[in-house]
Amino acid sequence: MIIDHPLLGPRDAREFTYLGDAALIDRPDGLAAGAEDAFYDYLYLRDNPAGLHRELWYHEQGDRSWLVVTRDTRSHEITQVELARDVALALGRGA
Amino acid sequence: MTVAQPNRLAGGRIDRARTLSFRFDGRRYTGHPGDTLASALVANDVALLGRSFKYHRPRGLISAGSEEPNALVTLAHGGAHTPNTRATMVELVDGLVAAPQNAWPSLRFDTLAVNDLAAPLLTAGFYYKTFMWPRGFWERVYEPAIRRAAGLGRLDTAPDPDSYDRGFLHCDLLVVGAGPAGLMAALTAGRAGARVILADEDTVAGGRLNAETHAIDDAPGADWAAAARAELAALPSVRVMPRTTVFGVFDHGTYGALERAAPDAPSHAPRETFWRIFARACTLCAGATERPIAFPGNDRPGILLAGAARAFVNRWAAAPARRAAVFTNNDDGHRSAADLAAAGIEVVALIDTRADAPDCPFAAETLRGAQVIGTSGRRRLTAITVRAAGGALRRIACGALAVSGGWNPNLHLAAQHRARPAWDDAIAAFVPVPGAVPGQRAAGAAAGVFSTAGALAGGAAAARAALEDLGLSAGAPAPLPRTEDAPVRVTAFWHVTGAPGRAWLDFQNDVTVKDVALAQAEGFRSVEHVKRYTTLGMATDQGRTASTAAIGVMAALSGQGIAETGTTMVRPPYTPVSLGALAGRARGPRFRPVRRTPTHVFAEARGAVFTEAGQWLRAQYYPRPGETHWRESVDREVRAVRGAVGVCDVTTLGKIDVQGADAAAFLDRIYCNRMATLPIGRVRYGLMLREDGIVMDDGTAARLGPDHFIVTTTTANAGAVTRHMEFARQCLWPGMDVQLVSVTDAWAQIAVAGPNARRLLRRIVDPPHDLSNQTFPFMACGAVTVCGGLGGRLFRISFSGELAYELAVPARYGNALMDELLDRGADLGATPYGTEALGVLRIEKGHAAGNELNGRTTAAMLGLGRMVSGEKDSIGAVLSRREGLAGDDRRLAGFVPLDGTSAIPGGAHLLRPGARAEAANVLGWISSAAFSPTLESPIALGFVALAGARMGATLRAVSPVDGRDIPVRAVSPHFVDPDGGRLRG
Amino acid sequence: MRYSGFRILREALRGHRGWGPAWRDADPQPSYDIVIVGGGGHGLATAHYLAARYGARRVAVLEKGWIGGGNVGRNTTIIRSNYLLDGNEPFYELSMKLWEGLEQDLNYNAMVSQRGVLNLCHSDAQRDAYRLRGNAMRLHGADAELLDADAVRAMYPFLNFDDARFRIRGGLLQRRGGTVRHDAVAWGYARAADSRGVDIIQNCAVTGLRIEGGRIRGLDTTRGPIAAGKVGVAVAGHSGAVMAMAGLRLPIESHVLQAFVTEGLKPVLDGVITYGAGHFYVSQSDKGGLVFGGDIDGYNSYAQRGNLPVVEDVCEGGMALMPMIGRARLLRMWGGIMDMSMDGSPIIDRTPVEGLYFNGGWCYGGFKATPASGLAFAHLLATDTPHETAAAYRLDRFRAGRMIDEKGMGATPNLH
Repeated sequence: MIIDHPLLGPRDAREFTYLGDAALIDRPDGLAAGAEDAFYDYLYLRDNPAGLHRELWYHEQGDRSWLVVTRDTRSHEITQVELARDVALALGRGA
Repeated sequence: MTVAQPNRLAGGRIDRARTLSFRFDGRRYTGHPGDTLASALVANDVALLGRSFKYHRPRGLISAGSEEPNALVTLAHGGAHTPNTRATMVELVDGLVAAPQNAWPSLRFDTLAVNDLAAPLLTAGFYYKTFMWPRGFWERVYEPAIRRAAGLGRLDTAPDPDSYDRGFLHCDLLVVGAGPAGLMAALTAGRAGARVILADEDTVAGGRLNAETHAIDDAPGADWAAAARAELAALPSVRVMPRTTVFGVFDHGTYGALERAAPDAPSHAPRETFWRIFARACTLCAGATERPIAFPGNDRPGILLAGAARAFVNRWAAAPARRAAVFTNNDDGHRSAADLAAAGIEVVALIDTRADAPDCPFAAETLRGAQVIGTSGRRRLTAITVRAAGGALRRIACGALAVSGGWNPNLHLAAQHRARPAWDDAIAAFVPVPGAVPGQRAAGAAAGVFSTAGALAGGAAAARAALEDLGLSAGAPAPLPRTEDAPVRVTAFWHVTGAPGRAWLDFQNDVTVKDVALAQAEGFRSVEHVKRYTTLGMATDQGRTASTAAIGVMAALSGQGIAETGTTMVRPPYTPVSLGALAGRARGPRFRPVRRTPTHVFAEARGAVFTEAGQWLRAQYYPRPGETHWRESVDREVRAVRGAVGVCDVTTLGKIDVQGADAAAFLDRIYCNRMATLPIGRVRYGLMLREDGIVMDDGTAARLGPDHFIVTTTTANAGAVTRHMEFARQCLWPGMDVQLVSVTDAWAQIAVAGPNARRLLRRIVDPPHDLSNQTFPFMACGAVTVCGGLGGRLFRISFSGELAYELAVPARYGNALMDELLDRGADLGATPYGTEALGVLRIEKGHAAGNELNGRTTAAMLGLGRMVSGEKDSIGAVLSRREGLAGDDRRLAGFVPLDGTSAIPGGAHLLRPGARAEAANVLGWISSAAFSPTLESPIALGFVALAGARMGATLRAVSPVDGRDIPVRAVSPHFVDPDGGRLRG
Repeated sequence: MRYSGFRILREALRGHRGWGPAWRDADPQPSYDIVIVGGGGHGLATAHYLAARYGARRVAVLEKGWIGGGNVGRNTTIIRSNYLLDGNEPFYELSMKLWEGLEQDLNYNAMVSQRGVLNLCHSDAQRDAYRLRGNAMRLHGADAELLDADAVRAMYPFLNFDDARFRIRGGLLQRRGGTVRHDAVAWGYARAADSRGVDIIQNCAVTGLRIEGGRIRGLDTTRGPIAAGKVGVAVAGHSGAVMAMAGLRLPIESHVLQAFVTEGLKPVLDGVITYGAGHFYVSQSDKGGLVFGGDIDGYNSYAQRGNLPVVEDVCEGGMALMPMIGRARLLRMWGGIMDMSMDGSPIIDRTPVEGLYFNGGWCYGGFKATPASGLAFAHLLATDTPHETAAAYRLDRFRAGRMIDEKGMGATPNLH
């Protein structure tokens, strides 16, 4: 597979390490009430779609960027690649 | 002495100026450059080349190409043997030695041919129905017999002596196959300046043009191909790769290709090279494969595909026999008859299944609406039996029967992404579905366009379309050469019915029409079921010669159409690929890279024994003269640390430099314990949890400034922790002002441990730095200069439990620093110690390491539960409180043998005295064990349920796999200096 | 129809005209007591044990394609019961015992062949880990032997003992481990279940689950609606898609695992070997092919095909371990879709929907579990209580913090 890195251009996927569902960006607040349920849902339950999947890849043998890749799990076609940091900021994550 | 090459004809594309000598089955033969092993054997009138898998039937060539299922030989060269090699794909070289396979004691007299007599019992799937009684006989009696008989060639058990290589290639357009379509595609794109790779499995580009007689632009097709090769060779952006099989297509335009070395390649060259080709577009011009017709006795040597017979005659000037017949269902069979006759072979009959077939003027007679229903001849064909249109039977003597059941496009690369090919009634074949693989287009015979003119036009059009997709200019279309444009005329005909005898579909695996019928009768109706039940299509040709006819047979039996019956899934590789090539150079010592520590040269010079720690090589211990057992060395090194001072390279521990205004707050999220409160110039032990609450790693965080920390990780987790922290930084808290960089390889870090450590360091660290306990106490850190001005960092941390420091200097000074430490510390007893002593020291001190941090351990199990702060949001804190984890009452403990001498095996389970040795009674396990020279006793760390083992309790360390059952006492895990007086001293 | 050597002889004499279908190609009835979704090894085994041991009648197995077309037909055929953790070992040992009696139980020769499974170790720490595991196996009543390097060499002298990057230091051997002819497992269970009246319905895809008032009522399929008292889902690889029809999200991701076979070779490798310093395991089939595999590709996929980096990684492992195989040729490679769970262990449990039961999360260890999975799932479906050996395979264990994590990789499915 080839991942079109937003900063570096097309790179062989073998340079990357895969993590999984991009929903892992959306970490709950550990100090909020009901955190245990929220974390269970966050960490363990996955949509696992047969189709478009937004997922986290880490450019480990590269610039160490985390990327959010939108990929079809049936065909492996990649339709979008974003810096995970940008995605996280857009979700309103800060400090 | 036999006549040299009795079946050699005039003409052909071989170099008669040179004669090559080779051996097959122990006999010497001759051939010429340009021959394949197969064509040379044909020229030498050798028809019997192998034995089939199951019935050990005598078999000869059926093809001239990579689809060959019968003529598999073992090549011997340079002491190595290559089994299962297709004779059709072996370039003849002088001195070549080939041996037949799957026959014993000889190819001509094979005892297992008795299987053929038992064939009525050995039907498809017979083994599923028997060999069940008596119980146990399957494995003891039947299966060993079956295994001995199974398999094809024999694999040497010596290491493969040859080398292989791998590489990457990039192109705009990959053209697969260099027949007329492929050459035209490559020319079209190459002339336009595109970066083109033209790959072909044959030794010379040209494809079928090298085996045909028709003209292109008034010259032989092979001459046109030669001119095309010359033009391509002159185009700077084109790379022509003969002997290169593109075997698979993967994602995003990645193709796998295997290039075989030419016979004249230097001996040190890789035998094969595996290329990963990244192609922006691909033109699939892989041609087509002719298919046999199933009729009784159709497997006899001398019966071969008509196009192969034509190729042997035209390209290699080798006659399969002097008298031949042709059996066909299509017009291309007539072309084969014409070429055979033109070469001087007597074509005694052309048998055409079609009642309306044209007359063949080159055959002695044309039998329309007729079928071959039987054959005879012991080890090769002597005669065929033909059933004429009216039903009359005739026997016709002939030495070869050329069979054409039509042609199948080689669509494999278009179907490896799981798109099922489409059935095309007009050519009675499956064709690729356009768009099945992004960026790929089929052209020529691979697309079901079988005329040469159609191939040239298709190749050009496909290349132009690809260039357009890529936004490259294709220029004005060039006029296409003039050549034959014969229509495809074929009437599907799969198997002869109403005649006795077995009719083979899959030659190698001995699958007959009856087997398919039996499978259907037993309910195996899906093509995949039939394949798996009968093994049809699972031979080394992966069904290239078998599948379509079998689907035709299945369709006829089930009454479904062929399109509804469908194909089995096409899987890579197109032709088999050596495992050696796929592994490339990553074998033996080069299997994985070696990481050496900065002090590797130092350790080597002192005779260290090395051990692997992941990819790292670390000094395990430093034997001294007179020491005969590793324990002597290790015990001495441990005593040196406890009694004087030791030095050890700990560079492999991960080091991450953390900087930024929010660095402290960031580390508070990463570690379960507080880091923000750490004063500048101090170090703190840190415990890192995974988000699921399990301990991920431990290490230290050193605060060098308000915005600057150095954190350490275990050796094994250095990469994973960096990845994890980058995830937290970029994905979880992107608003934090914090930057990370791994500096593991930038700094050499040396542990200096033992009562004399301070004295030694005072001789290394430059004078202005005060190392007194007051100024630089336990857990202090700071920048220092050493050895007269070299900048470094000093950490007063201790893994051994002694007064200890870790000194970091730029990596390139690590080796010199070790030398200096040893030189300046000689009178202090300075001793280098390795990982083994390091392990003993930490077990004596009760520090957890990899064996304890196994991915299932909680902080509480380590006795560190109180470190998990509830006042801040750190990774893993929330889920660590789940009842299943919080309720786990197993705790780290120390163990000593009651008798003071018995070693406690790491990996033993802990039980109460008197309890039955069964899982229900297990209270815990031993995680790490060592002999403690300090206590002069074996010691161990382990985890044990609190309820079961209070300190001082007697337990048993039980290890059934080595028959040991050791009474032990549970003690504090801190065997040495439990109060920490030494490390604070 | 009973299978036997005698029967084959009789049929041979009359041209094999007497063989009937191994199982009926049933059409769906309007309703069943129990419907199993998934005609793979686990679903068919469940149906067999439901009928044979729990006396269930009116049972159907629904298969969207052809039975045995999923992972039971695309694995590396290895069976073993060499687990460390209490939640796993009794279950896999039960499976091993069921394998050992399978042929007689089913009257079908699935070629259970206990040729030995050897896990190689390459460091002291790895040997300690294998000792811990071997001892757990022994304490659970399974067989295990810890071998030193010399003993390994005596068994397999052709392994790389001379210039290996990671030296072979020994291994954990389970002699009762081995291989089974994978397709035959599906066919044997299908035939046995069919003979007890189970309807095996092929080409019948489930398109919806009918749930009313929190209780399952039936299913919608491509062959019409089917009413069902209970529904058991055993569709590992596609669990997410099917359970989503019930509105459930699972602690599971779907990943592709590739497997490989070489051309046929004369016998050279007797048992199963796994490399401990890379991702490679291998055995030789009765037909002569070296059947081997390695790690999953590592990204979510339903494509049933993988990519070259893993192919290369696996072959590197093979060459590092067995340098003789350079000249063996890869004949065929394929991919299967794995339910990768969050702790690497399976789930056999009830669901929040009454009457809907789930069996999945087998990661890439499902084949060897087939008999026990079928028996345990049948037990659950028939009695509404977990089978004693599968009591830890609960859906809620992640919420409770009772993971069964053999590899210790945590909630990262692609690392299990």
